[in-house]
This record gives sequence, C-alpha cells and structure tokens, in this order.
Amino acid sequence: MGELRLMKGNEAIAEAAILAGVDAYFGYPITPQSEVLEYLTLQRPEERTGMVVLQAESEIAAINMVYGAAGTGKKVMTSSSSPGISLKQEGISYIAGAELPCLIVNVVRGGPGLGTIQPSQADYFQSTKGGGHGDYRLIVLAPASVQEMADFVDKGLELAFKYRNPALILSDGLIGQMMEKVEFPEQKERVTSFDQSWVTTGKTKERERNIITSLNLDPEKQYQHNLKLQEKYRRMKEDIMYETFDCDDAEFLLVAYGSSARICQKAVDEARSSGKKLGLLRPITLFPFPEEVIAKFARQVKGILSVELNAGQMVEDVKLAVNGRIPVYHYGTPGGKIFTPDDILKAIDEKLMGGY
Amino acid sequence: MDIKEIIKPENLVHKRTPLMTDANLSYCPGCGHGTVHHLIMEVVEELDIQQDTIGIAPVGCSVLAYDFMDIDMTQAAHGRAPAVATGIKRLWPEKYVFTYQGDGDLAAIGTAETIHACNRGENIAIFFINNGIYGMTGGQMAPTTLEGMKSSTTPYGRDYKTMGHPIKITELVAQLPGTSFVTRQAVHKPGNVRKTKKAIRKAFEVQKEKMGVAFIEIVSNCNSGWKMTPNDSNKWMEENMFPFYPLGDIKVEGKIVKDLMKDLV
Repeated sequence: MGELRLMKGNEAIAEAAILAGVDAYFGYPITPQSEVLEYLTLQRPEERTGMVVLQAESEIAAINMVYGAAGTGKKVMTSSSSPGISLKQEGISYIAGAELPCLIVNVVRGGPGLGTIQPSQADYFQSTKGGGHGDYRLIVLAPASVQEMADFVDKGLELAFKYRNPALILSDGLIGQMMEKVEFPEQKERVTSFDQSWVTTGKTKERERNIITSLNLDPEKQYQHNLKLQEKYRRMKEDIMYETFDCDDAEFLLVAYGSSARICQKAVDEARSSGKKLGLLRPITLFPFPEEVIAKFARQVKGILSVELNAGQMVEDVKLAVNGRIPVYHYGTPGGKIFTPDDILKAIDEKLMGGY
Repeated sequence: MDIKEIIKPENLVHKRTPLMTDANLSYCPGCGHGTVHHLIMEVVEELDIQQDTIGIAPVGCSVLAYDFMDIDMTQAAHGRAPAVATGIKRLWPEKYVFTYQGDGDLAAIGTAETIHACNRGENIAIFFINNGIYGMTGGQMAPTTLEGMKSSTTPYGRDYKTMGHPIKITELVAQLPGTSFVTRQAVHKPGNVRKTKKAIRKAFEVQKEKMGVAFIEIVSNCNSGWKMTPNDSNKWMEENMFPFYPLGDIKVEGKIVKDLMKDLV
C-alpha cells in the first residue's frame, strides 16, 4: 500500500505526474486548475525526478511545446481549463494528425466564452468528437474522484503510448478543487530507454530521417492516413472502461460520468430506499464510449436518464447506443450550476418514470 | 582544360552536400530558400552533427523543408516553431535544435512564441527568412512588407496609417537578454552567401555553448510574389529592402554592436 494523503484533485494530478515518471509538463495558469502548475513548481520535480516543468507564455505555446516534446518519444503532458483547452485545439489536432502520445487534462468550467469558474461538463462534445479541425478522436478518461485524478495520469499515458494518440483527462472544477484521500503508488523511474524508431533524436547513418508531421499534400496519402486513424480509433474499443451501480435488477437507468456520477450515486441510494429499482452506469472512458453496454441495458430497463452538468451532450451518444429501443431523457444544469441528488430524484419522477 | 581535367578531385571547388536530399526543390527559380537550405546543411555536415540535429519546419513556402534536408525534423503549426523547438530542446538539451521560419510565421502569427522563446533564452537557433511577403499563399502583405510596397492585399501599396508599419522584429529580439547572437544577412551574391554561412556556423556554435538564442535573419527576394524577374528582384531588394533592413551583426556574444535607435527610427 502506498502513501495515503488528503489532497485536492488538481494537486493529485500533479503529484501523480511526478510519480508516474512524466518527463515534461508545459502549462499556463487558468482557474480552476492552476494548482497543477503551482504544485509542480513547488515540488522541484527537476530535483525529484529530473522532470521538466515550464510555464509557457500561452496555452497555444504550451500545447506546441507538448507537440515538439512528444515527438522526442518521452512522456509529456499539459493541463488547462475550458477556454484554455479551446486555445489548444489546433495543437491537439496536429498531435492527433502526427500520431504523437501525450496527456492533456481539462478541468472544465462553465461556458460558453469566458463563462464562469464553476464546475461544468459542457466540454463533452469538444472532448469526445475531436475538438479541433479534422477527423480525429482523443482517448477520453473521466475521473469521478481525487483518487482517479491521480490514477488516470498513468493510465492515460499508458493508453496514449499504446495507440500513439493524445489522451485527455476530462475532469471539472468540482473534482479539481475538492479534497479527498488519495493513495499514491511508488515512484516510477523516468524511462530512458524506449522505442526511438519514429522519434526525432537526430538522424544516424543507419536509418532514414524521422519526420514528425501532419501534412500530406497528396490526397490519396491523406485519405489512407485518415483510414489508418479511423482503424486505430475502432481498435480502442478494447480499452472501454465503465462502472455499474445497482444495475442487476434495475428497471430504470441513470447514465452519468465524473462528478455527475458521484451525485447520481446518492440519488440511486435514495431511490432504492424508497423502493425504486434504479441503477447507474458510469462511463469511465467517454471515448471509446461504452455503447454496447448501453445497448444491452436498453433490453433490460424501461428508460434511461442521462445526467450531465450541461444542456445535454452525452445524451446524444446514449440515444445512438439505444437506437430508439426505449425512451432516453436528459437532465442537467448548464452554465456551472450544480444539481443535488434531490434535483435528480425529481427529474427521475418527472421525466424517467413519469410515463409509467 | 578538357572535361577529364576539370572533374579531377583536386580541381573540386564546390560539392553539393550529401545532407541535401535528391528531392527537387519546390521553390521558385531565383528564390533564396534553396541557398539557405544548402548553407544550413553544409554547416551541419561540416560540424558533423547530423546525428544530433533536429530542425523545425514552419507553415509557409518552407513547410516541406523536411523533404530537402536529410535530418530529423518536426513540422510546426503556423507561428509555433519556437514553442515546438522549446519542447524538443528542453527534453534533448544536448541536441542541436533550429527553427526555419518566414516573416509571416515568425513576425505576425508567431510573434508571441518568437519573443518569449528569445526572452527565455532557449538554446536554439532561429533562421528567419524575410522577403516582405506571404509567398506560399500568393503574395499577400506580410508584417515586414515595406511602406508603399504592393502586394495582393495591399494592391495600392502598404499605407501605414491603416495597415501598420513594417516590423523590425530582429532589432526587437536583439534587446532581449535571452538572445546572444543576432545578425541580418542576405544570400543574393557570393560574398553575402559566404557571410551568411559564417553566421549559420556561429549560430550552431553559440548553441553548443548554451548561450541562448542565435537569431539569424536572412533578407531574401520573392521574385514570384514581387512579380519581378529574379535579377530585378535582387536589384529591388538591394535598393528598397536593405536600406530599411540593414545587413550586418546586431548583437554578438550578448552585446549589442549596432546603434539600434538609429535603425529603429
């Protein structure tokens, strides 16, 4: 058992990054995730592990530092919050196009625009449908606890390197700011020996030069490259992660991720205590999305409520998975307002069970 | 002297560096890009650092620089080459990292990355090709387009009252403590080619000593964008570009060696 500490979600991500042997972090301050960069600089990671930590002049510069550094084959990451993540989208598209592994953390706040610094899940579309220009996908992990904020750093990097694709931790201001106990693993060594067959290290006489690029002016080559990417995204299905609560005999199902799922758990407990057969499915990977699991539940339950801190985004993917078999509703509060378990119970009565 | 005599090894006066690939250069005949590519690769060959050199290609005419230079390269988003170079250099601090950028890339969309990489004193070389125009997109106004100069988006000439002034980014970065060697050169004549090569060599040496940014501006022609013959464009460059962008060293070993106020006004 590793060390047990009481920490904010943002601090847990930073500590986990050092412990995971991350080689470099490039960031720019933005609320509600500034603790990541603050914690890292306070920890002197250059002394603890030799990790590079750099405050860039903008989110745009930070993601392009990640792009350059990811091309060296080492473990690199950045973090930001919604408006900052929007600024990074061009760079993320390049990273996805050039097939580089890296980790991006989005501690989501309410939008659109400058919005609010309150928690939100309004960046679901941006995260799971690509976000920048072009046909690409990110591996998206949605933590629901401070423990998972820490665990998903290593997990995200593992998946990023498995598929040579950017991975995104889609958190929010609630999980980023709240304190919980978190158990950390042992310090991992920074890896010095790794697959350098594709990375920019300097061309030797023994091999062809390595080029990191997302440019293919030949339309046939660009087409083939896109087909290869799509094949890769389909393969990611083998890494789908989800959790179920009280689903075995459930007649109605909530689908929620991240902080919403935490609130939904309480709602399920209360519904169960009043005799309602309610279950909860929590997708952990939002891409790849557990659509087959939802399709299976569509043959078991009478209706599904997608509960999100937004105006209704994941509900579209739930509907696609259900494919019209049963009614699917959305309950959510957009713009940074957080619902309570009671709000959810009310929505369950009004929307989900109202017709039955 | 017959042909057999001429090709004897002892009569060799110039050899194409093997670090340039066999790909046909995509640049217009008369353009300076090819010359600068050759010079950088000649220096990398002479210093024997191919195995330790990583280049960054920008967006612009030289976006395909990696097709021509036989070294590891990363292609950067428009303007972001100094940030990309920072990421690489921080993780490979013993490697040689350079960016190759045009005026639109470096002095318009990428101004922040340029200024801040220079201000942090990243140990990289920045090769900056200034031809006062956006070449690849078809000759639009660049940040360095001269006052009165015609381009496809300044068809009646650049009017500073509404379009701003041409920016002397090289003089600006020279004032930052993070730059150690800042110079402005050209490649339109053999003498200038030799001086530019010397500057490129110095840029790599500065990097080895970890003295901060080496910033090499090369004022170049864009005969296609300027709508001139190569010869006319070189003449026009001498008469119009050089008075505003004077050639020579601006900062050497961290010390400004030119009266910047005079040049900036």
